[in-house]
Amino acid sequence: MPAVTTEQVESRVVEALTSFGADPEQISRESTFEELDIDSLDLVELAQIVEDEYGVVLKGEDMKELQTVGDAVDLIVSRAEA
Amino acid sequence: MKRRVVITGVGAVTPLGIGARTLHERWAAGQCGIVDGVGACSDFDPSDFLSVKEARRLDRFSQLALVAAAEALEQAGWAAEPPYDPLRVGCVIATGIGGIHTIESQHDVLRERGPKMLSPLGIPQFMPNAAAAAVTMKYRLRGQSYGVVSACSSGAHAVGCALRMIQYGDADAAVAGGSEAALTVFGMGSFTSMQALSPTGISRPFDARRDGFIMGEGAGVLVLEEESAARRRGARILGEVAGYGSTSDAYHLTAPEPHGEPAARAIELALRDAGVEPEQLHYVNAHGTSTQLNDAAETAALKRALGEEQARRIPVSSTKSSIGHLLGAAGAVEAVATVETLRTRVIAPTLGYEVPDPELDLDFVPGEARPLIVTNGHPPTAISNSFAFGGHNVTLVLRGADAELLPDADAELLPDADVREEPGESRGEGGPAR
Repeated sequence: MPAVTTEQVESRVVEALTSFGADPEQISRESTFEELDIDSLDLVELAQIVEDEYGVVLKGEDMKELQTVGDAVDLIVSRAEA
Repeated sequence: MKRRVVITGVGAVTPLGIGARTLHERWAAGQCGIVDGVGACSDFDPSDFLSVKEARRLDRFSQLALVAAAEALEQAGWAAEPPYDPLRVGCVIATGIGGIHTIESQHDVLRERGPKMLSPLGIPQFMPNAAAAAVTMKYRLRGQSYGVVSACSSGAHAVGCALRMIQYGDADAAVAGGSEAALTVFGMGSFTSMQALSPTGISRPFDARRDGFIMGEGAGVLVLEEESAARRRGARILGEVAGYGSTSDAYHLTAPEPHGEPAARAIELALRDAGVEPEQLHYVNAHGTSTQLNDAAETAALKRALGEEQARRIPVSSTKSSIGHLLGAAGAVEAVATVETLRTRVIAPTLGYEVPDPELDLDFVPGEARPLIVTNGHPPTAISNSFAFGGHNVTLVLRGADAELLPDADAELLPDADVREEPGESRGEGGPAR
């Protein structure tokens, strides 16, 4: 698997969240999914994108722990490196 | 005594454009929304009405329903929340097919990328109750809500269900309608295989040359309220859902019972429900699909239910001549068109009707719009028919509001402006509405 940088993942996550309808101006590492009106269905879609593009499998229990955009990015990067 | 149910808002998205008024005005002006044999809502752009998040979570049929609902609720004067206890407000939005755009696109995903890549938004988008759910969520309606499925009678069944919900006392108000968006390769191909569609691409109900229906898409929504509650809150009353009757042919998957007997029973039941005699009817909004079988059976049903004399007296026109067949939305959209007909006192014509079929000898309102003449002192009253594949028959009896409640009834829709100059007479003793 090619190495994935945090920047790459971050930009892909922001792109995905924007396509789900989140306001790109509001998205930062610290913003919570709740603030962005991103719900469990959106997170399942995000998991599909992540698996498709980085081969990282995120299960339901992984997603439940995620509060912020930064949480998601860090989890994806750490799994991709493992 | 039965609770009366009035109409306080109507909305529509149709091949003639956005808006209930647009639908009736353009139809009455003789305009046709059918292009290249299809009745598409080309003017409809979801981004004009819905956020990115809303739009991507709704199939087109739900998008259309939400926009029609927004118009109807705005007219009713409902804000973000209903003017009733939300638990006392129901919602019934019908569809014939549901989210077929989503089904088709997700099926492509399944074949190309496998089941793991199917969207979690697939089911909530294509389920046939999605439009009803979307309307309840947007407007916080917390009474009973559901979708209704009966092919081309779906929209009329929705209005009937909502009527009964209020009459029975389960709700004080309800948002009722129908929506359809099935102009896909699969949807159109399947209807084509049935040989149901017009090969010439022309919708001309009741004409001798009729050769099939034209598929259309769109949505119609009505806001219904219990009469005394509506009056208490000072609502502007557009009309009344006065009666509902429904039967089944139990005859054939797609062909109507040719003598129109069960369909006639639906008409009779609806009239009895409303306490209306055929003599009191001013207009019939026909199902009028432009297929050989429907138009013949419907004509037979009208004669059987109303009697030959009354059936010949009452003007009959088909909205489908102007917008095609909106399938599960048709009954609701045509109820909206009928409300507008009664409100404006203008009967739109059956477009394209030129060559009479000797068997079909009713007044199908050829050529141009004409005034709805209130001759008997009753408020303007009409029936709207819906008949479906599967043999589902529905008739709604709709009544217009009293003339004094209708400051904007609009004689300008009529081709002959002189009609306005004849004081009272030409429009009957009910009087002109302006």
